[in-house]
Amino acid sequence: MVFAFLYLPIALLVVFSFNSSKLNIRWEGFSTKWYEALLTNKVLITAFENSLIVALFTTLLSTFLGTIGAWMLHRYRFPYQRALALLIFIPMVMPEVLMGVSLLVLFVQFLNLPLGFTTLVISHTTFCFPFVLVGVQARLQGLDPFLEEAAMDLGATPLKAFWKVIMPYLMPAIVSGALMSFTLSLDEYIVSVFTTGAQSQTLPLKVYGMAKVGLNPQLNALSAIFIAATVVVAIISHTLARRKTP
Amino acid sequence: MALPAAVSNTGGSDMHRRKPGLLAWLILLPLVAWLLLFVVAPTIMLIVVSFAERDALGRIVYEFNLQNYARAFDWVWLKVMLLSIWYALLTTILCMALGYPVAYFIGRAPERWRTTLLLLVMVPFWTSFLIRTYAWITILSNDGLLNALLVGSGILTEPLALLYTPFAIVLGLVYNFLPFMILPIYTSVEKLDNALIEAAYDLGAGPVRAFSQVIIPLTRPGIAAGAMLVFIPSIAMFAITTLMGGGSNPTIGEVIFKQFTSGRNQPFGAALGTILLVIFLLALWLTNRQREERN
Repeated sequence: MVFAFLYLPIALLVVFSFNSSKLNIRWEGFSTKWYEALLTNKVLITAFENSLIVALFTTLLSTFLGTIGAWMLHRYRFPYQRALALLIFIPMVMPEVLMGVSLLVLFVQFLNLPLGFTTLVISHTTFCFPFVLVGVQARLQGLDPFLEEAAMDLGATPLKAFWKVIMPYLMPAIVSGALMSFTLSLDEYIVSVFTTGAQSQTLPLKVYGMAKVGLNPQLNALSAIFIAATVVVAIISHTLARRKTP
Repeated sequence: MALPAAVSNTGGSDMHRRKPGLLAWLILLPLVAWLLLFVVAPTIMLIVVSFAERDALGRIVYEFNLQNYARAFDWVWLKVMLLSIWYALLTTILCMALGYPVAYFIGRAPERWRTTLLLLVMVPFWTSFLIRTYAWITILSNDGLLNALLVGSGILTEPLALLYTPFAIVLGLVYNFLPFMILPIYTSVEKLDNALIEAAYDLGAGPVRAFSQVIIPLTRPGIAAGAMLVFIPSIAMFAITTLMGGGSNPTIGEVIFKQFTSGRNQPFGAALGTILLVIFLLALWLTNRQREERN
């Protein structure tokens, strides 16, 4: 029954995105005209492109910061490491409103950064990279500590040992962290609404605007596409995970 | 403060960990700088601004005063805060009531089914929360599916106002945060020792007693973690409450949002934000203390 509660609303949304009637109320026959309208909706397409740009840069930065950070914190004993761990943990659980307003105050009042793509990428990276870091760190715990030493005994420099031995081992965690950053960024509304400029409106901001007004058949179609994409990604990752664990 | 094992990995393989040299510090620097600049600094700025004033144009004037806080504890705004806490509590309780049986069922299911069942819980959660909320709007609104069904079948003569009500707000929050409750409880249930449950039965406990005196206490860590993961974001989540509630009974998140956008009283918004920050840190500290006591 809980599964019905979880799936029914989404399923109905997909079904009614093919309704030719403008209102949800009556089923007036199968139609794909809302999908066609969507494909010519310049505003939404631009917003989607903006989302992709932000998500791409966020993913690159987060993966870099998270992977290097996880490795360094694993390999060395830094003073204040517990305080550092707390600081990494906080952006993952902090209410997004707080993160949004505090970053807004920082950008506008103190750094004088104009709101736009840069501020969006900075904000998104701040809550995305801890997820990469934690994922990579979890995998590092299963790492054989002699692996790096063996590589260095065989003549590899620390950098080469990291690149040729450690990195391949960490790759699954890095990839899943990167994917997570990408989806988190693509989906982010609350932090974005505070830190975006007029030129860098992302798709969730537009979706919110449409949903606030009420029912909109184009939004039904857009949602259906997103849901389909999610289901496909879920099935792929599920089968991949199955294959990895024999 | 106790942190997830993955983050606070200070013990364990210490043998192989070196003292950092200058180079190690240089490589770690970007991470530390990022955290200081974009996590610590903004939080301090928020608190600083909450003690400032604004001029007639809405600009911030840095003159120390407590008037934002005095205003925040005015009955009008206090009511907003209490309402937000109430919605969040209700959401947490409902998520527990709905989520516990599901988590228990999945945790006790045959092992080969567990991943698939968990995935089924997670998939709706992976779609955008805006889309999930919009799905409910299409169902609940005056010309939505449910009303069409009720009026069309003759049960009602006029559409029922379902959207833009407290009911809709809590429904939206529960729908969005339910997986946050299910996952940690599932982790606890999975670890349950069967022998302990059997022992309870052998000692004469009925199903009810076995459940309330053995199973519930053993899964309490999961329940506590789930409660925190649902409660904290629901207090602050203004997007769902605005979409589902229509903004007539705003929550604290909605008010903060308005002060920073259309309300143009950023210091007051910052004061409300600081209060929310205190609630957040308090909730975090409480759950951590509980966890430490248990260990």
